[in-house]
Amino acid sequence: MTEVLAADGRPLKASLNRALRRQKLRALALIAPLLIFILVSFVMPIADMLFRSVENDIVSDTLPRTVEALDAWDSASGETPDEAVFQALYTDMALATEYKSHTRLGSRLNYELTGVSSLFRKTGRRVKRFDTDVYADAFRDASPAYADAAQWAEWMDDDALRDALPRTADAYDGWAKMIVEVDNDVPAEEEPWDFVYTALYNDVMTGAEPPVAVDLSGVEPVSLREQFVEIDKDWLDPNVWQTIKIYSPKYTNGYFLNSVDLQKGPDGAEARPESERIYVVLFIRTMIMSLSIMGMCVLLGYPIAWLLANLPDRTSNLLMILVLLPFWTSLLVRTSAWKVLLQQQGVINDTLVWIGLVADGDRLQLINNQTGTIIAMTHILLPFMILPLYSVMKTIPPSYLRAAKSLGATDWTAFWRVYFPQSVPGIGAGCILVFILSIGYYITPELVGGTKGVFISNRIAYHISFSLNWGLAAALGSILLAVVLILYWVYDRIVGIDNVKLGG
Amino acid sequence: MLDAAPAFVAFERVQKSYDGENLVVKDLNLSMPKGEFLTMLGPSGSGKTTCLMMLAGFETATHGDILLDGVSINNIPPHKRGIGMVFQNYALFPHMTVAENLSFPLEVRKIGKSDREQKVKRALDMVQMGDFAGRRPAQLSGGQQQRIALARALVFEPELVLMDEPLGALDKQLRETLQFEITNLAHDLGITTVYVTHDQTEALTMSDRVAVFDDGRIQQLAPPDELYEKPQNSFVAQFIGENNTLDGVIEEIKGNTCIVKLDSGEIIDAVPVNVTKVGERTKVSIRPERVEFNRDRLHDDAHTLKAEVLEFIYMGDIFRTRLRVAGTDEFIIKTRNAPDQTRLKPGEIIEIGWLAEDCRALDA
Ligand SMILES: Nc1ncnc2c1ncn2[C@@H]1O[C@H](COP(=O)(O)OP(=O)(O)OP(=O)(O)O)[C@@H](O)[C@H]1O
Ligand SMILES: [Mg+2]
Repeated sequence: MTEVLAADGRPLKASLNRALRRQKLRALALIAPLLIFILVSFVMPIADMLFRSVENDIVSDTLPRTVEALDAWDSASGETPDEAVFQALYTDMALATEYKSHTRLGSRLNYELTGVSSLFRKTGRRVKRFDTDVYADAFRDASPAYADAAQWAEWMDDDALRDALPRTADAYDGWAKMIVEVDNDVPAEEEPWDFVYTALYNDVMTGAEPPVAVDLSGVEPVSLREQFVEIDKDWLDPNVWQTIKIYSPKYTNGYFLNSVDLQKGPDGAEARPESERIYVVLFIRTMIMSLSIMGMCVLLGYPIAWLLANLPDRTSNLLMILVLLPFWTSLLVRTSAWKVLLQQQGVINDTLVWIGLVADGDRLQLINNQTGTIIAMTHILLPFMILPLYSVMKTIPPSYLRAAKSLGATDWTAFWRVYFPQSVPGIGAGCILVFILSIGYYITPELVGGTKGVFISNRIAYHISFSLNWGLAAALGSILLAVVLILYWVYDRIVGIDNVKLGG
Repeated sequence: MLDAAPAFVAFERVQKSYDGENLVVKDLNLSMPKGEFLTMLGPSGSGKTTCLMMLAGFETATHGDILLDGVSINNIPPHKRGIGMVFQNYALFPHMTVAENLSFPLEVRKIGKSDREQKVKRALDMVQMGDFAGRRPAQLSGGQQQRIALARALVFEPELVLMDEPLGALDKQLRETLQFEITNLAHDLGITTVYVTHDQTEALTMSDRVAVFDDGRIQQLAPPDELYEKPQNSFVAQFIGENNTLDGVIEEIKGNTCIVKLDSGEIIDAVPVNVTKVGERTKVSIRPERVEFNRDRLHDDAHTLKAEVLEFIYMGDIFRTRLRVAGTDEFIIKTRNAPDQTRLKPGEIIEIGWLAEDCRALDA
């Protein structure tokens, strides 16, 4: 086929594209505010959440030297790491204490192993009072140059010396950075702290030549390991070290494993102890309850939507107001009303007892369990089922039913074979809406669900606002998002997403 | 009963009210022999659809009986009446293919699969839509949908088919084709048809008999030619075709002629149709094509009236001339476009006349 040319000799396609581009740009400009809003308030938070669920640089940022030193340690050995690791930990902790980042790290690792938080806090308080001042004194006594801040700065500028004294250089750099960032002082005017001298001592003891000769034979070596153990015996516990080592990479699947009741062990994922498994059960419960709520909504909503679509206008308007009424009252009020209705001494139980259906002794447990959640959520989400159903049914002319009957179908056959298939898009839309809303709901389950009737979203909310374990909350949220997307995909495969109509 | 043939469909003193205050159908009496093609024609709101719905069973008569083949069907639900129906908007089920639409009435009648397929194919071929079995209604044009709706109403071989303005949504040319096809099918299959329409041409060309509805009553029930040439009252005369009316008073009645004194003073002869006594006011009706102005062709004893030509319209096959006659400006005459035909000029004064039997004195 030859290319069609426009009047000016260009290819017609190109001309058409050019003509359409302006229109497209105009359309884009119109939706730009919304686009930006969605980007900032929706896409970015979701991206941030996805990122948070795997992000884990706090360990390697706070304890860089320790993480490096732990490389050589075999976590499966069941032994406490050697002195070198404790030396690295000393430098790291001394710096972290100044930055006050050790408490944050403590909380983070506490998610994985309880007790780590207090261990870090305790250590932070005492790390400055280690007995390592004997090293500093020894150096300063040997030569006044070691007490001279300017001299230190000069030494640490000397590359040859830095190469000779790697630990010292590293500790001094960390210290100098901290002095600038935390104390706003000039390193060349401040005498280095004990841990720098300790590093220098360790360098010298491993055979390096100090800048000014010193005799350290009289100095009693201080075991840093002993120092740490003196603060807390937990530093001898290989589990603590294992946890640090397992969570040292910058990215982790730990939160996700946690979300499905697994944990990271020395040899990869392993099941959590029975007593700590909660999330899988919660996920399954969330799904099953959401499906029940959705089913209830279809059963209750379909007849109402049918009435709405087929009654004379005046009556159906009144009915529509009743359907919309819940939207005009606060969610909390409605949920609290259910508390009043459903509790054991509540209206419903009272009525049942009065009628004689239920004995006074065994009133029904309708609240603080799954029944309560299902009842209250069905009520709250019912309009989301009715409205799409109604708007689809409204477009089905009554003549179809008449046609079916005139062709010989009974009322039921006419409904089932002719009316119902045409209302399926409305059911689809309502189900998707109700299901997705309900798996993310948490206020109502929180109020009427007790412990048995809560959803996964209640756990997410808990981790966001109480335990502050955002990484885990993010992982749980991501799984929820993935589940929704998978279900959506399945729905698309089975029913077809073009088959969803919210109206017209 | 007018017809000798036994009635297949009969309405006996049927009344219908939706709101308990107004009668939408007032005292309807109608009987149709088997195989007749009857059209209900009438202005909007005259109760045509209501009658059809009562016959189909979707509305109940407030009073009176509807008989099908001699049996009262008042208490038979629609799906047991076995009446085929074509709706104005076709009402083809959008979620089924054409073939599924057609096999629906057969399925609910529990007809076997091979039988079904055969009947569906036959019905589709009958409306020349054999190639469209696999399509959805939305993929068909209006005329094609109409054909399918027709085939669906016929596929289960009902003896009575009701059609409510089935061609209302189609353009003129397609309508004419389908009018022809529908009448042919109805006659070939020998089915009894009740057809509702707004369009009088459609009613006249298709039907064996036409029932003209107005105000909840049948104003006249007659074959098309009779309806046109011998309207029973001034409503029918006005409603069917073009018509000239002159107001006047009956001067004298003798047998099947009467003398009418027009309000402008002239005296004319007419056939008394539904006037009974002298002094009664009347509307005299004359069809435009029955008016003659050429002296030579006028009967000698015909009364003539003076007329002034107001407008001459060339319409191709005919000429349409508007005259001022006996005080009215809306008097129309139609003449065939023939080589010897005079073309009247505005302002010209002529004399017009007609045969007395073409001039009918109706109710005022
Ligand atoms: N369901 C109904 N409820 C109340 N009144 C109705 C109903 N259906 C029809 N009517 C009234 O009954 C009268 C006759 O209606 P019908 O539909 O039979 O007219 P029609 O002759 O079919 O008119 P058209 O040519 O416009 O279709 C109208 O005045 C209409 O308003
Ligand atoms: Mg109608």
